[in-house]
Amino acid sequence: MVILWTDALIFILMAIIVGLAFYMRSQEHIKRPLKQIGRSRIGMVSLVVLVFFVLIGLLDSVHFKAGGNKTNEIVSLLDYWATPLRERGEKTYSAPFAVTLYSKEMMTLADGSTHWDYPRLEFGGSHLDDPENQRLDDILQKGLYGFAQGAGLVAFFMFLSWGMLAEQHKRLIRSPAATAVWAVAFVIVSVSYALVYLSGYYHVLGTDKVGEDVFYQAVKSIRTGLVIGTLTTLIMLPMAVVFGILAGFFRGWVDDVIQYVYTTLNSIPGVLLIAASILMVQVYMANHEENFTSVVVRADMRLLFLCLILGVTSWTGLCRLLRAETLKLREMEYVQAARALGVKQGTILLRHILPNVMHIVLISVVLDFSSLVLAEAVLSYINIGVDPTTYSWGNMINGARLEMAREPIVWWSLTAAFVFMFALVLAANLFADVVQAAFDPRRAGND
Amino acid sequence: MTNPLLAVERLSVTFNHRHTVVDEVSFVIYPGETFALVGESGSGKSITALSVLRLLPNNARLSADNISLNGDNLLSRSESDLCRIRGSRIGLVFQDPMSSLNPVMTIGSQIEEVINVHFQLPKQAVKQRVLELLRQVEIPEPQLRMKDYPHQLSGGQRQRVMIAIALAGRPDLLIADEPTTSLDVTIQAQILALLKTIQQQTGMALWLISHDLALVSTMADRVAVMQQGKIVETGKTADFFSNPQHPYTRKLLQALPSMDSCLAHAVEEKPPLLCVRDFSCHYPIRKGIFKRIVGYVRAVDGVSFDIQQGKTLALVGESGCGKTTLGKSLLNLIPASGGQVKINGVDLSQLSGEPLRQQRANIQIVFQDPFSSMNPRMLVGDIIAEGLSALHPGIGLDERKARVRQLLQQVDLPEDSAQRYPHEFSGGQRQRICIARALAVEPKLIVCDEPTSALDVSVQAQIIQLLKTLQQEKGVSYLFITHDLAVVAEIADDVAVMYQGKIIEQGRVEQVLTRPEQAYTKKLLAAVPVLKSDN
Repeated sequence: MVILWTDALIFILMAIIVGLAFYMRSQEHIKRPLKQIGRSRIGMVSLVVLVFFVLIGLLDSVHFKAGGNKTNEIVSLLDYWATPLRERGEKTYSAPFAVTLYSKEMMTLADGSTHWDYPRLEFGGSHLDDPENQRLDDILQKGLYGFAQGAGLVAFFMFLSWGMLAEQHKRLIRSPAATAVWAVAFVIVSVSYALVYLSGYYHVLGTDKVGEDVFYQAVKSIRTGLVIGTLTTLIMLPMAVVFGILAGFFRGWVDDVIQYVYTTLNSIPGVLLIAASILMVQVYMANHEENFTSVVVRADMRLLFLCLILGVTSWTGLCRLLRAETLKLREMEYVQAARALGVKQGTILLRHILPNVMHIVLISVVLDFSSLVLAEAVLSYINIGVDPTTYSWGNMINGARLEMAREPIVWWSLTAAFVFMFALVLAANLFADVVQAAFDPRRAGND
Repeated sequence: MTNPLLAVERLSVTFNHRHTVVDEVSFVIYPGETFALVGESGSGKSITALSVLRLLPNNARLSADNISLNGDNLLSRSESDLCRIRGSRIGLVFQDPMSSLNPVMTIGSQIEEVINVHFQLPKQAVKQRVLELLRQVEIPEPQLRMKDYPHQLSGGQRQRVMIAIALAGRPDLLIADEPTTSLDVTIQAQILALLKTIQQQTGMALWLISHDLALVSTMADRVAVMQQGKIVETGKTADFFSNPQHPYTRKLLQALPSMDSCLAHAVEEKPPLLCVRDFSCHYPIRKGIFKRIVGYVRAVDGVSFDIQQGKTLALVGESGCGKTTLGKSLLNLIPASGGQVKINGVDLSQLSGEPLRQQRANIQIVFQDPFSSMNPRMLVGDIIAEGLSALHPGIGLDERKARVRQLLQQVDLPEDSAQRYPHEFSGGQRQRICIARALAVEPKLIVCDEPTSALDVSVQAQIIQLLKTLQQEKGVSYLFITHDLAVVAEIADDVAVMYQGKIIEQGRVEQVLTRPEQAYTKKLLAAVPVLKSDN
């Protein structure tokens, strides 16, 4: 077992979320909005998609040394299971489900003559004798086989839960939300089974310039996206919330100081700060090489610092919003009533101000989540993003810059990154909408 | 009998196919008369008016056997025909003159706009008509005023401009939807007098929508009472008020606070609880880069009064006179600028920090708006217990819960309210929760800042009754801040009249209300609409 820094933070975050969930279950008045989320079809479906992404991310966060202690190669559980995908690289570009490379090459035939044609791939579709005629049938057949496996698994769990549940709970399963959840789980599991099974024989999303499997890259990028989205938020949130409501509530010199700090920070170009700190980290790692022996450890350190510096530069926007909202809330009559009752100021902040700005926090966190994933792509473009060896959608999009200019065009890297990113961000947005509606008492029960 | 101007038969309005807001309502309005539609909030009176003009929101469904204006069936008219009818044959005046005028247009051009829609007149004639209208609604110096923007006018003047706009199309019928609710009582009297004068001049019919029975009794020829979407009683004003038929109408009339009730108070001197001397509260006006103080707004300016134990002092005044500022600065919610506040001999103005926090249990406050005075994300039980846990941290959880149950019982709310959120309660119930919250720390004085002005008449009567009962049981004193003199008569022992930051008259309630000495107090009293039950 090797525990990287980001791994540790991710598991701490998971523990906090699980703990919160248990705490919320024990609170009678929080149970009602939770039930409302449970009844919402969109909420539950997007939750299933999110959970699926998070599970992959978690699998990718359990690291260990592959060859015992002899080698320095650190792999994750996901890497371990996807070893064939990881190791079976081609020479260069190949299209999804292709059996040949994307460009023609000079080949020497057995009789010594040369021939200008598309060479067969080393692994993709290499089991076929006559690709021209067999390929389509083979893909369909293998895809269906994988799909059936996944479908069978979901059906098995469905029957299992049906048999285990008491009569009064079966009503829950028949609700529209539960039906939707089963349907989405069915589609996701079956399709991913089919894809996984197929990727044993083909490169389902093609290969990139150095012949690496794009499907594998896209799946590996999930963890990077989640880490950047969540850890950055985790760093940015306390600063934004604490400074924002302190400035709004106490006004006077506290407000002046905080406003001064964020105005100054805002007027420094964020890219400069990020570039400087990333360079600093690189210098530090070069000077302490003995601590960063593995490529994975180095890349992880850089990812962590990217999150840190993105967090430090991105709290000002939310802080401004929260300050304005707090300025409004502190004049509300319930805050004045609390002051008249002799409630201490810290308690007023925690009990009256904080819960009433949480909807803003929730919305901006989800919006930031998507913009952070995008920021990562932009930073990779100028080489101060994640380590070039880290798989990330940003790196994939960055690489696709040149591919889009090729003739014929190489479209699969960009498409794969786009589809994965889109699914994650959309699911997060939809889920946040539902959560917000459920926890806003004025809207609760109306929809 | 003449032919009706407006006839409505079996009008129903349903929202989202579920909530029937107006339920088979039928009535007629005759030319030149004043017809009043009275009801509590949510009874569907505004929706009835809007549905005659077909100005309903999209999720509303309208059905009616007949809506006709001068025998002209409005139901069969197209939307573009109705556009012409609105404004030219039916004028409309809304409640809130702040939001009904466009803030970036001068009032003259806003009136011109309406004239140009309905009449083809040369430019000079339009100007003439605008001046004529402004003169008709008695705006001084109309030539200058027509170039003003809405924010340069007072609330009463804005409402006059709204009436001028409604009159611009020379309508046969003017619908006035709570035209004076957001205005002070003296301004209200002026606007009502203006509406009467204009009605006599033009001979148009006036459809008055109001919740205020006393106002209706002075204005209307005929009255209809609406309850939960149905008209329960219609009649001539005189018959209606002397001999109400429907039990709901009787209940409404009984709930009405009456100016005579102050005579029933017993006179009994008690030791003073709160002594306020030379109390003032000034806001600095800052200007320039260095925020130099160039002057002060004297919101409260050298006020002195006493409140006796277990008695109620009513603080009366029009909006902007500083009565709310005074109430809040007594609790140190707004810093005071000078003077003395002694409660039970302890001078609050000398205290700060922890000693002040401990004294806070003695004075509590109940606010005007029951919707913004409770944290929407807290359970009612926690809201009530907030003061207990802040000022008496020693009290255990079980005892606190028992106290909350007891308080809920005292304000006549069911016990399970503690586990619910504020938005699940009506306005009156919320005000009860606020009273329970204030009572929780067993205060000696409660500042009630217009606690009933956002409530319906019948609910208002219940809240006042509750406040009185609590006073008898617990001997708590009230500083009752209000603009409504009729409520003062119901609840107060003493009255202080406030005008521009100063108390200009104070004394026993029956003395001030029946034999006022100051001209301003007389003007206030004269402006209060009084129920005319005997004519």
